[in-house]
Amino acid sequence: MTPPTQMSLPRRPFDRSIALMRFIVVLLFVLTLYGFTALETGGVNMADAWSMLADNAATLFFRPALANVTVSELLVSLGVTIGLGFLTTVFGAVIGFGLALASALNIAPVWLSVLVKGFTAIVRAIPTVLWVLIFAVSAGLGSVAAVLGMTFHSAGYLIKAYAESFEDVDAGSIEALRAGGADWWHIVGQVVTPSAMPALISWTFLRFEINFSTAIAMGAAAGAGGIGFDMFMASGFYLNIREMGAFTYAILIFAVIMELIATRLQTRQTHR
Amino acid sequence: MRSFDFLMRQRLAVGLVFLGILIASYVAVVVTEYDVVKGFQSIPKAVIWSSENFYPDEKSLKRLPKIIAKMQETLVTAVTATTCAAFVGFLVAILGANATRPHWVFSIVSRAIASLFRNVDVSAWSLILLFSFGQSMFTGYLALFFVTFGFMVRMLMETIDLSSADTIEALRATGASPSAVITQSVIPTCMPQFVSWTLFMIETNIRSATLVGILTGTGIGNLFDIYYKSLNYHAASLVIVVIVIAVLLIESVSNAIRRVVLQ
Amino acid sequence: MPVLHVENVRKSYGGSSFALDGVSFSIEKGEFVAIIGPSGAGKSTLLRCINRLIAVTSGTVSVDGTDVTKVSNSGLRILRRTVGMIFQHYNLVNRLTVIENVLHGRLGYKSSLSGTFGLFSHAEKMRAYELLQAVGLSEQIYQRCGQLSGGQKQRVGIARALIQDPTLMLCDEPIASLDPNAAKIVMDTLRDINQRLGITVVANLHQVHAAREYAHRIIGVNAGKVVFDGPPSLLTLEIIQQIYGSEAQDLMLAEGELHA
Repeated sequence: MTPPTQMSLPRRPFDRSIALMRFIVVLLFVLTLYGFTALETGGVNMADAWSMLADNAATLFFRPALANVTVSELLVSLGVTIGLGFLTTVFGAVIGFGLALASALNIAPVWLSVLVKGFTAIVRAIPTVLWVLIFAVSAGLGSVAAVLGMTFHSAGYLIKAYAESFEDVDAGSIEALRAGGADWWHIVGQVVTPSAMPALISWTFLRFEINFSTAIAMGAAAGAGGIGFDMFMASGFYLNIREMGAFTYAILIFAVIMELIATRLQTRQTHR
Repeated sequence: MRSFDFLMRQRLAVGLVFLGILIASYVAVVVTEYDVVKGFQSIPKAVIWSSENFYPDEKSLKRLPKIIAKMQETLVTAVTATTCAAFVGFLVAILGANATRPHWVFSIVSRAIASLFRNVDVSAWSLILLFSFGQSMFTGYLALFFVTFGFMVRMLMETIDLSSADTIEALRATGASPSAVITQSVIPTCMPQFVSWTLFMIETNIRSATLVGILTGTGIGNLFDIYYKSLNYHAASLVIVVIVIAVLLIESVSNAIRRVVLQ
Repeated sequence: MPVLHVENVRKSYGGSSFALDGVSFSIEKGEFVAIIGPSGAGKSTLLRCINRLIAVTSGTVSVDGTDVTKVSNSGLRILRRTVGMIFQHYNLVNRLTVIENVLHGRLGYKSSLSGTFGLFSHAEKMRAYELLQAVGLSEQIYQRCGQLSGGQKQRVGIARALIQDPTLMLCDEPIASLDPNAAKIVMDTLRDINQRLGITVVANLHQVHAAREYAHRIIGVNAGKVVFDGPPSLLTLEIIQQIYGSEAQDLMLAEGELHA
């Protein structure tokens, strides 16, 4: 240990990252305050509404009961929603895999990568429900429009996720195969796909969870059938909160099972 | 011979997985009554129809100010819901994370709450909330808040446990009070991730807000629904253009922020 | 009165086996003690029982005459601030600057309020700066800890412990993640602290040669029991084999390589 020499504390230099973070936090805070003044409540008495919500929540969670559908109909509805989620995940994965190969920078040409990435960014920017409604014009409301619309968004998401997983593959091992005279297909089949496989699986599973949720939403907002549609009817048509409770439990049970499986697989990385 | 067996078995396993997925897909097609042929036919049909009808024309441009106003309304709802949920979520995550919880019971309660709020879809929350709050922006705000809250609690609990367990131990060893441990170690360590997740949820919630808007009769989603149902496809397509621009803009801004903050 | 007195300490993490199985020893003021033993012997647990980061299952631990196992929460804070600790993985807040991390060592002296808001006096900041100069980091005070090398990080950890004005310093594998050069600097610093400031040092070390070189006294631990307690000169090859069991062979080889 050397004895101290300089006796006054130097000034602290400017830190861009911390300054920006503080700025963002303040900005979001101000936006939120503004948001509260702009948030219209449709003339509902807030105190009444909150106490009503408390009542409704109690009914929903503690006294669920089916009324307009039978148990087997509920199961079929749940099956339809799961089926929609599953199909669009499979389609999304197939398309996603192909186009991700065309957009991962370490295996695809730059021009193609830019093209595919730009295109998928736009596809992802459009909310799924609007995709479904667009397809519904030519295919009619129903499972065809739902599957097509959801597939678009699902594929857009998986292209990005897969491409990032491919790009994370060790450049050295690709170089090693290239040095050995392997062609593009060899590299994709022997290095890129096997190395990225755990990531691909966890992304796909994550997307299945999202697609299941989306399938509920499409039933409610875009006439895609399934449990979402049943909920929409219970909420807007029959005004039956107890039946809503039954549907909510059905969704919760399936989603929690999926979550448990995902935690078991737990190779899932954080996604950005 | 053994390695050969191993390779064969591996190939067999992969084949079985694919076969399983294929069968499950077939079952899904049957259950959802998805018409595969019609599906394939619909894509070119939709493309032709879109190119003929689904583009903004001059007349629809007159509606642009209204569309932008509704877009702004939706953006504000999404941002407000996200920030509030992120803040409350952070508090609950601190109570629930293994490294900071006051008692293990808090962990179980936090996890259960997070799971409940996150796993019920935002559309389902909207439908539930409609019962008590009616068709208003506030209903949408609450629905987005619930789902974001659940997501944030779960993600931040993981972040706290992964990134600050070490420093929490060190500060405890100096005799720091529990609140000082949180402000001096947990918050500085998790802040970048926290900001990053918040931005991510803002991006997600702008899209969700469109869906919620259709259900609660507010914002840009409702406007699209009105144009769509009145067959005013030019105006509806303009809505989509505005959404795409808004989402891409916010995505690129938040990516830029993330690059600096996470460095 | 010994600075540290450990008597018949047992620790079990549930189940029938004990991580610590009846450990007893006493350490006088100014000693430099190395605790050695194979990985999983209970060294880390033992060190953490001293400042109650881990609660003992039975037995007593007293620091400066205060029974750590019975002290109240506020008493524990007062006790912990006189016990400095450094860690194998440094345990610094990587996002914060070097000086902010050093100041964390003062948190034990702060009220909840001023500690929570990180309000430190000018005198405390000056003291932190002096300590950083003393460990050779005066140029880095405003760098983020994440940008430092391992050896530098450990010196920040030492400065954080020193600003507590400790009477006892616990070091949990302080050099296990460092290269030989950085390890030497860190161990020399610890020796300096011990000799010049008279602070008692208790260090878990995996490396026998470092323990021999720096410590006045070595405690060998195996399977939660003290199997050796004496000066380095009495640490024979046989005893090392007794402490490390099957690991001894590998250890000897590695040591041989180091000295070759």
